[in-house]
Amino acid sequence: MQISGAQMVIEALIAENVDTVFGYPGGAIMNVYDEIYKQDGFEHILTRHEQAAIHAAEGYSKVTGKVGVAMITSGPGFTNAVTGLADAYMDSIPMVVISGQVPMSLIGTDAFQEIDAIGISRACTKHNYLVTDAKDLPRVLKEAFHIAATGRPGPVHVDIPKDVTAQIETYVYPDTVNIPTYKPHTKGNKRQIKKAIDAIAAAKRPLFYLGGGIINSNAAEEVREFVKMTGIPAVETFMARGTLHHEDPLLISMLGMHGSYAANMAMSETDLVIALGARFDDRVTGKLSEFAKHAGVIHVDIDPASISKLVNADYPIVGDVKGVVVEMMALAKKSVDAEVYTPWLETIEHFEQLHPLQYFEDTDRLKPQWCIERVGEILGDDANISTDVGQHQMWTAQFYPFSRPRQFISSGGLGTMGFGFPAALGVKRGAMDKVSINFTGDGSILMNIQELMTAVEKKLPVINIILNNNYLGMVRQWQTLFYDKRHAETDLSVQPDFVMLAQSFGGVGYVVKTKDEFDAALKDAIEKNVVALIDVRVERLENVLPMVPSGGSLFNMMLLENKKES
Amino acid sequence: MENERRVISVIVANEASVLSRISGLFSARGYNVVSLTVAPIPDTDYSRFTIVTKGSVRVIEQITKQLHKLIPVLRVSETEEMIEKEMVLVKFPITENLSDISVLSNAYNGKIANVSTESIIVMIADEPKRVEHFLTAIKRYHPIEIVRGGTVAVER
Repeated sequence: MQISGAQMVIEALIAENVDTVFGYPGGAIMNVYDEIYKQDGFEHILTRHEQAAIHAAEGYSKVTGKVGVAMITSGPGFTNAVTGLADAYMDSIPMVVISGQVPMSLIGTDAFQEIDAIGISRACTKHNYLVTDAKDLPRVLKEAFHIAATGRPGPVHVDIPKDVTAQIETYVYPDTVNIPTYKPHTKGNKRQIKKAIDAIAAAKRPLFYLGGGIINSNAAEEVREFVKMTGIPAVETFMARGTLHHEDPLLISMLGMHGSYAANMAMSETDLVIALGARFDDRVTGKLSEFAKHAGVIHVDIDPASISKLVNADYPIVGDVKGVVVEMMALAKKSVDAEVYTPWLETIEHFEQLHPLQYFEDTDRLKPQWCIERVGEILGDDANISTDVGQHQMWTAQFYPFSRPRQFISSGGLGTMGFGFPAALGVKRGAMDKVSINFTGDGSILMNIQELMTAVEKKLPVINIILNNNYLGMVRQWQTLFYDKRHAETDLSVQPDFVMLAQSFGGVGYVVKTKDEFDAALKDAIEKNVVALIDVRVERLENVLPMVPSGGSLFNMMLLENKKES
Repeated sequence: MENERRVISVIVANEASVLSRISGLFSARGYNVVSLTVAPIPDTDYSRFTIVTKGSVRVIEQITKQLHKLIPVLRVSETEEMIEKEMVLVKFPITENLSDISVLSNAYNGKIANVSTESIIVMIADEPKRVEHFLTAIKRYHPIEIVRGGTVAVER
């Protein structure tokens, strides 16, 4: 059929089973928005800032496993979206982001709202396109969805000049993709898998190191089975939270800078690291030369460049975690004997008892960790949990009882303050049957506060729990510990009235100072079913512990002092 | 870690901005570029980049993997078994000893390429190491301008 480039965009999105597009219109993308107005194949959710559109699409993608889609205009519309693209790139989130561009004839003339969008997004996308002819649009969009979702997933940016969306051409959406230069390797090498299984069989103190790739690969079920079958204990990265059920006896906890004592000690004592979809990030490893010093390393990852990038892999396996784990299980059935690990499990048990992950309610003020545990007790599996970035984020990763993959949505690699609220909107849109909680801080929440309007308009009742310590807490913690308590520009004592702020947009707000008030506010917010800000006044100077100081060895942790006993 | 010189040959799809994808990768990740040449491969939709770089074994391995991750990259080869050549143009004042210059350039697979009233231009084409020797040897003839073409290479 003969249709315009703008119509092709709509047709392609519908062909890709897109049901939600997050976006913000503007001059260069108006042709496409005109077609959005005329169609009913998907819903468009107008955020109040382009950055929020991308984060919302990320949240939607992370909770559903589908490709997230966002649409923005040229110039400032695009540059506002860059943080979101970078966030999705760092956390390997499959996304297609479509931006308008000035007409071809004006490209390179410093036209109104012109910026070299693909020049900028090259550094923070898996791939990008500038479409110079509407004839290419069907192929490009097909490729964009394919590239975003396959291999190591990531965001793909498609920049379309305004005259290209106006151009009328023949439209046939391709059934298949043919990119000779892009053939991701998904099947693990059989010989390497066999060698890895032999290494597991020979190990006395093996340890699963579970990463976010398991979630991307939808492999949590297989990994749960593999862990249970082998009886090998496991640590999770921040990105992998929810892979194992929080009650799984073999789950130690999260490892890394704010990992548990037992998780970090297990990693330091293990003789074989079995890394599944993890990338040995610096926040996980601490000082590289001391990391898992006594261990051989099996590394399963779909991205060859992640293998032996930081830590040398003795058994590199390039492939999709899911398929590789299935193959490993078939071989392991014959060779792995769980009984052998009893002394190792006892050692870990000892670590857990020595310094359990805990906090003390030793002041009159609420402890932030209590709030997180309390939400876990009340909602547990019935909530999806987003976070912003900072102390509250680490406490959530430490203390929320996650029970399934895709339950925890947070900005890991980039650490983007302002991620949580818009992401939680996308999470709610993608899973209307679950309560969408966003744990946030008094710093982070203000970075995308305008999304209260989106939440009200689109009836997306996200509950924002602000763990308010009147500080930019994580930076304040570093200043306390490493900058001799010089709290430069981190005191956030001057604050809005969050209750009135929420109300002015049509949401609900609560101030909470006690446990009873906390329960009452949460209950009321769930019942009211509108967007909520729960302003929880928590202990101001609480630190996130344990902590491995930046660049320090994983086994050298600052630990919680046991005040009760001293 | 020891810094090794390596030649990496990259075959890429001929499409817009592929050069900036490759050069952007090198600058973003802090890799070295000693020289970089690119030209289309005849009768195909592909081009060949020849990149000379320096780095530790681990860095070189990362470079090849990261290059391969770029969507338009078809093949990356990095071996020690490469035949390498580089072309160089050198301009000398016409007042220098022309027969010396001619003999030298002949010795390095070269010849006189152009002569004007003010200057003489010679071209040579040889292995990178020999190119270095040539450039050292001709210093005494006061070269006005030296234009190096960058290494091209093919697997043996």
